[in-house]
Amino acid sequence: MDSTYFHFLDYAVYGTAVLVMLIGFYGAMVKKSLLKIVIGLSVIDSGLNLLIVAIGYYKGGTAPIFSPGFLEHFKSVSKMVDPVPQALVLTAIVIGFGVTAVALALVIRLYRHHGTLNIDEIKNLKW
Amino acid sequence: MKKLLVIFLLATLGYYTAVTFFDIGFGQPHFVKGVSPVKDIYLAKTQSPLTVSNAVTSIVVNFRGFDTLGEVTVLFLAVTVLGSVLYKNRHEVGKRSVFFSASSIVTSGSKLLFPAIILLGAYVFIHGHLSPGGGFQGGVIIATGFLLMLLAYENYSVSHTALSVVESLAGITFAGVGLLGFMHGGTFLQNFLPTGVMNNLFSGGIIPIIYIAVGFKVGAELTGVIYTVLHEKGESNG
Amino acid sequence: MIYFILIAILFLLMIASSVYAVIQKDLLYAVMATGIISLILSILYFLLQAPDVALTEAAIGVALTTIIFVITIRNTVRMEDESDKKEKFKSAVK
Repeated sequence: MDSTYFHFLDYAVYGTAVLVMLIGFYGAMVKKSLLKIVIGLSVIDSGLNLLIVAIGYYKGGTAPIFSPGFLEHFKSVSKMVDPVPQALVLTAIVIGFGVTAVALALVIRLYRHHGTLNIDEIKNLKW
Repeated sequence: MKKLLVIFLLATLGYYTAVTFFDIGFGQPHFVKGVSPVKDIYLAKTQSPLTVSNAVTSIVVNFRGFDTLGEVTVLFLAVTVLGSVLYKNRHEVGKRSVFFSASSIVTSGSKLLFPAIILLGAYVFIHGHLSPGGGFQGGVIIATGFLLMLLAYENYSVSHTALSVVESLAGITFAGVGLLGFMHGGTFLQNFLPTGVMNNLFSGGIIPIIYIAVGFKVGAELTGVIYTVLHEKGESNG
Repeated sequence: MIYFILIAILFLLMIASSVYAVIQKDLLYAVMATGIISLILSILYFLLQAPDVALTEAAIGVALTTIIFVITIRNTVRMEDESDKKEKFKSAVK
């Protein structure tokens, strides 16, 4: 990726990621519907993952894969982007899916028991 | 009033997060000169003792192997919790309720696409150490293929016994390969197979074996999740 | 320059989708907006040289998360204010 046109977007990546995270936080904190809260948590996940991957990016770097002829051409591994945040985010996405699935199963159970998803109406915490 | 308070709180949080990350800078090397960062050590070890092409795979499976074992355990726990929360009696299990059946174009197209999707998933997790992809991605692609069949045919059923057997065998393979490292005088998940030539299919020692096991395990688990949730009959449907 | 505009459009579309997902009253549309967020995120991961993460996000975020949300909405309520709730639950709540 050439740096001439990407230079303007240096702060846009971080700005977008933080903004998406804050919008998700707003939805999770203000909304009354349980499904809306789970959607907000999922949006937080997206922003946070983008933020972590963007830290590991290196300008003009290549993907961390030793394709045939890579070492003959570049002579060094320093042209690669950082693979550690990518492995971290790979784990985080799969775990995030597990968290979402369990949260939605609890939502279905709560609706079956209380007949509503409004957290103001679900007052008694007994099942 | 409450919304204003939340917006004020989030503005403070966002301001300090943004300032922190703008100070780090985008696309710059972040480490002090002279100190060798983790990235260089990992990339050097990926080439020389391991001979794996994909550095992310070598980190996920080898350097962070314990994390991956914990991750598949968390997925297994998520499936267990899902099954126990959405429990139902034995006589309630059966055909799921649909509003209308799928047309013949959808059913024929799904039957045509299903083997291709399974093949793509298998390709992705077998070649996880050579190209982008790996056990998690391949397993999810296989689960997507089963999702397509479950959506197209309302009485398509997946055997829970087969899913349990596949999942248990894959988990035993992962832990067993890890324990075999002890027998060769090393640590857990130590490599004991010959590591071949770089960019060949048979390279990387135990990494392809573990990723194939992870692929089967993730595929079985996520298929179980989809099957359980799809056959959930809420009272709202009558 | 054209790449600059394209990437800026991706960022703006992502922010717009997340705002839409949070403020939309119809939860089915909100879930579709989260699917669009995941799709754009997958493209951004690819541009940030992370093809593994892009593949994972495309498979999990676009397909599986969306379908599980849709099934949950089918089993519960579709509107955020529960205006389409069935009558028999009105008396069940104590």
